[in-house]
Amino acid sequence: MYGWIFRHLPGPLWVRILTSAALVACALALMVQFLFPWMSQFTTLTDSTIGSAQQP
Amino acid sequence: MAQQQTQQAAAMPDDGTGTGSEGPRPGGHRPRPARRKGRPSTGDIVRKVVQIVGELLLTAGLILLLFVAWELWWTNVEADAKQSQAVQGFAKSFAGPVAPVAPANPAGPPNYGKPVVAQAPEHGGMIGIMYIPRFGPDYSRPIIEGTGSDILDTLGLGHYGTTSMPGAPGNFAVAGHRQTHGAVLDNIHLLVPGDKIYVQTKDGYYTYVFRNNQIVLPSRTDVLLPVPTQPGATPTESYLTMTSCNPRFGAQERIIAYSLLESWQPASAGPPQEIAKQVAQTAGKG
Repeated sequence: MYGWIFRHLPGPLWVRILTSAALVACALALMVQFLFPWMSQFTTLTDSTIGSAQQP
Repeated sequence: MAQQQTQQAAAMPDDGTGTGSEGPRPGGHRPRPARRKGRPSTGDIVRKVVQIVGELLLTAGLILLLFVAWELWWTNVEADAKQSQAVQGFAKSFAGPVAPVAPANPAGPPNYGKPVVAQAPEHGGMIGIMYIPRFGPDYSRPIIEGTGSDILDTLGLGHYGTTSMPGAPGNFAVAGHRQTHGAVLDNIHLLVPGDKIYVQTKDGYYTYVFRNNQIVLPSRTDVLLPVPTQPGATPTESYLTMTSCNPRFGAQERIIAYSLLESWQPASAGPPQEIAKQVAQTAGKG
């Protein structure tokens, strides 16, 4: 999969290395911005309130 | 023609084992279209599927590791920045001396009368700053109205809207994360009876003394009662109740820390001696 993507990137080797680094950075940014905050609702680590007193 | 077929046949096993790897490609010769025409064996397809599934699983594992790093480390970095910004914003707008002011009558303990009880702000409004010297000389966290994740996940301590405000007879209850998002109450188990906890609001300083802690199940809402854990009792004293997760990296239980209001002094009297340096530093005048 990753090999296939790498082979299909345009340009010489160093351009493809730079492009893939940029793609990885993009993926990281998307994960930090959207995926991880969404995932954190499934960890119970962050429940610090008491029972039904929790406000919306 | 026969020669070409032998070449194709020779290329076939290479195609199977070398999929995805950067095999040598002599002279830009791309035998790919020729390969597509050749019918891939079942083994090739299985290998390809296994490879893609493997790469996806490795990716999922990596994402989970990154998530753990994000949750346990990066959320703290983000929340610390937001919280110190909130604390500094509050300190800037705080009207009052940042150094202790000597009482008019030096003989005898100063008496500033009954503590001022402020109106609770709207959800998300800032009540004040909490200083806990036991958690370190630089520990100052904002206290925000509300205990939703929008408050607790970035802004620090959240005040339970159903409980009273500092200084009022009853229970001033706040929640804070033990881990992640600033880990505002990470060291709650280190409090020693007698430790001072200072709450600075726009009206003044409320000094609480830590009394005890208790580990309860998350359903125990009675810890938030005006007299904690005593339904129907009429409060005569002011409590400060802090709730957080327990154990430290879990949430099966809650750790509750109870403190009692010891004294109050108005903003015009300056901060209590123990936190004077910190208050001055936060206000940028130290």
